[in-house]
Amino acid sequence: MRRFGPLAVALASFALIAALGGTAPNWVVFLTTMAFAKGIVALGLVLLMRGGLVSFGQGLFYCAGAYAAGLAMRWADASDALLLVALGGAVALLLGLAIAPLLAGYRSIFFATLTLALSMIAYGILNKTYSLGGSDGINLRAPSFLFYRAATPDAFGYALFVFTGLVTVAAAVLCRLHFDSMRGLLSLAARDNEIRVEYLGASVRRVSLGNFVAAAGLGGMGGALAALALGHIDPDFAFWTSSGEFVFLAILAGHQSVVAVFLASILLELVRSFSSQYFPNSWQMALGIFLLLVILFLPEGLGSLLRRRNPPPEAASLPVESLK
Amino acid sequence: MTALIEARGLHKSFGAVVAARDVSVMARRGERVGLIGNNGAGKTTFVNMVTGYVKPDRGSILLDGIDITGLPPRVVSRHGVSRSFQMPQLFQSMTPEENMLMALGIARSERLSSWRDARTPDLMAELHDLLARFRLGEYRDRSIAALPGGVRKLVDIAMAVTRRPKLLLLDEPTSGVAAEEKFPLMDVIMSALAGGEVAVLFVEHDMEIVARYAERVLAFYDGRVIADDIPTTVLGNEEVQRYVTGIVQ
Amino acid sequence: MGEGAPGQRDARPSPPEQTSRRVELVATIVIDGLIDASWLFIVAVGLTLVFGVLNILNIAHGNLYAIGAYTAASAVGWYYAGSGPPLLGYVVMLGAALLVAVAIGPLLERGILRLFYRRDEIVLVLVTYALFLVLEDATKLIWGANPYYAYEPYGLLGNVKLLGLTYVAYDLLLIALSVVTGGLLWLGLNRTAAGKVVLAVIHDREMSSAMGVNVTRVFVLAFTLGVFLAVLGGAFTAPKISVQPGISITVILLSFAVVVIGGLGSVEGAAIAALLVGLARSAAIHLMPSAELFIVYLVMAGVLALRPEGLFQRAALRKI
Repeated sequence: MRRFGPLAVALASFALIAALGGTAPNWVVFLTTMAFAKGIVALGLVLLMRGGLVSFGQGLFYCAGAYAAGLAMRWADASDALLLVALGGAVALLLGLAIAPLLAGYRSIFFATLTLALSMIAYGILNKTYSLGGSDGINLRAPSFLFYRAATPDAFGYALFVFTGLVTVAAAVLCRLHFDSMRGLLSLAARDNEIRVEYLGASVRRVSLGNFVAAAGLGGMGGALAALALGHIDPDFAFWTSSGEFVFLAILAGHQSVVAVFLASILLELVRSFSSQYFPNSWQMALGIFLLLVILFLPEGLGSLLRRRNPPPEAASLPVESLK
Repeated sequence: MTALIEARGLHKSFGAVVAARDVSVMARRGERVGLIGNNGAGKTTFVNMVTGYVKPDRGSILLDGIDITGLPPRVVSRHGVSRSFQMPQLFQSMTPEENMLMALGIARSERLSSWRDARTPDLMAELHDLLARFRLGEYRDRSIAALPGGVRKLVDIAMAVTRRPKLLLLDEPTSGVAAEEKFPLMDVIMSALAGGEVAVLFVEHDMEIVARYAERVLAFYDGRVIADDIPTTVLGNEEVQRYVTGIVQ
Repeated sequence: MGEGAPGQRDARPSPPEQTSRRVELVATIVIDGLIDASWLFIVAVGLTLVFGVLNILNIAHGNLYAIGAYTAASAVGWYYAGSGPPLLGYVVMLGAALLVAVAIGPLLERGILRLFYRRDEIVLVLVTYALFLVLEDATKLIWGANPYYAYEPYGLLGNVKLLGLTYVAYDLLLIALSVVTGGLLWLGLNRTAAGKVVLAVIHDREMSSAMGVNVTRVFVLAFTLGVFLAVLGGAFTAPKISVQPGISITVILLSFAVVVIGGLGSVEGAAIAALLVGLARSAAIHLMPSAELFIVYLVMAGVLALRPEGLFQRAALRKI
């Protein structure tokens, strides 16, 4: 029963997303597409944070995915969205794999600042690399979807939305399954007490490495999706404000619920688009105050409202009384 | 019968402080050994060296004839040495049940699954037995922070035995526990460990506990082992009385 | 970095024929590096002090720098509109910095940060990230988005010839200011009773608290001092730069690098690291301008790869 649960939820939520997208106005479709793309990156960060590590440089992978997709389109004339997103994820994952050994020994603030430094190095390099568009970046064409090529911008927007929804649901289900697995639990354990984890015979280093690389891959997929949605890539993908936004999302959502990540992301996009229109000079302030309030009153994030710590179904069958 | 654990000539200093001077200890399979001594006498340093948390400057540690000197805790535990902690090292955000499930999960599989639900029927059954052995059933769903000190010690020890160690080191199992609960706690621990071949070395300050539960006692003073014999002999030793137990006759 | 970044000005060489260009270049790099390091040290040492005492890596530290710069720019504008003696303008800048620090420091520490002390240190970083967002907009609401210039104090002292190069004397004043600040800080920490208490708290907070140190007071004092250093750095770089939105980000990223390179909580480390970063930036600007943006992070990644805890920190074994 438990094995089919996530699949059913996945299909139902995907159908719901596709149906709602078909009736929503264009700006909502675009906004949700972006929210999903960024939500996937934030989901990777949540995965990392379950293991006790906070990266302030997730923009690096977001950027790597975006550029991988963009450059494949430009140089190799690749235009299939599925291929581009898979490529974005794979490139970011490899990048994560390459720098993970450098980061594996670091914790808390050192890890945060070092990841920030790496993403800022990438930002600096991209800004001055004119063959990759320099600070202006590169404009992208609209991709195709397997055999479907959208005829109008509206149709393309909806197609990309559905495709992004599909990737989102897949990522969410996989993460949910992982969070409930032994290795997923081990992340929480490593966050709580590294010494005990080592004494139990498991490797904290391996847990951290795995989470970091997986988060990098998710970051790359999110970046590729965002690049396709915006039709543009530039170094700002790696700028620290992007990374800060992912941290914001991850804190807002908390680590208990996968759905909360995407709700938080949609919420943030809505707040941003409304406030930057109506209060262009004070919306960051509103975000800041909101973040303070969340940390103060909802330390486990929005997810703690969605998901109670309910005992597993097996628990009821154990003869608790007999143990006393 | 040959020794299960044999530590020879262990030496360790932290800056100017010498925490172990030529410490040699051996224990047989299934033996119950009490480690006594004042704070700073070198008991915890000895436990830390055997389990790999601290690397000795000199000396060697053999387990079943295998040299485990200087190996990290993760590897030492895989060789069959487990420990509990003076301050129980638990996963604060999880329940006692989840703490023990985690320990069992790591102990029972070489590669942890990334996708299968952690609560497999096999593990749940074994968890059920473990909860029963350590009388932890009623606390299974509490939050760690809300547990009484003695229960925390039990969870800590229960996690340590999930690997079915050959050698178990208990660092002050009854510290921080009310006086009248010390004996019941030790009873639960010793009955939970009964039947196996596990050798137990426990650090203890309460001499009545030592006299009751240890077959042999090692007295530490100033980084050295000053006495090593059956409890009545060690507790009657004049040097031990002067430096450790504080009873001067 | 942002356009308002307090980067180096081009030194104008007045080339005597006999000086080889190579020597000149090295001298330029070193002196520009020292100038850059001077204000950077003042700001970063405040950041490291706050981390050492309160265990908070304050992302909003750059905003405090910006507030200092804006305040000084406003104060300078007001002062030079009148007819006071020109040199007193420096005192006005100092006074403005002190006032702002005393007003903001206790408010932030008692009003907000205090609420989160029981939480994880990474949560405290996020709290200061929230403060960064708030202060960034607050600054914009107060001073608007247009740049401010406070050029009067910059030219006041004229130019100085150094190794055949002409420098604005104010830049050299900055170096002196940072040396004096560092010296006073060192004396204050090592030679006064209050300073020794602060050092004790940095060394072992729990122990100090158990020994009867009033940790609350130490926290307020240290945080306010940290704010003052940020504001001071901002106030005295204001005449060199155009004060505009975005400078806080540039500065926090640079001071982060300095503090991490030097070792979190180490005053000596901040000094050495500020020099390192200042010289690296200056070398990049003169030799390879396109590297200016990331040379700092490259140095930081390099140092961390070799010494994970920074130059002046040692990792401690956790007691179990």
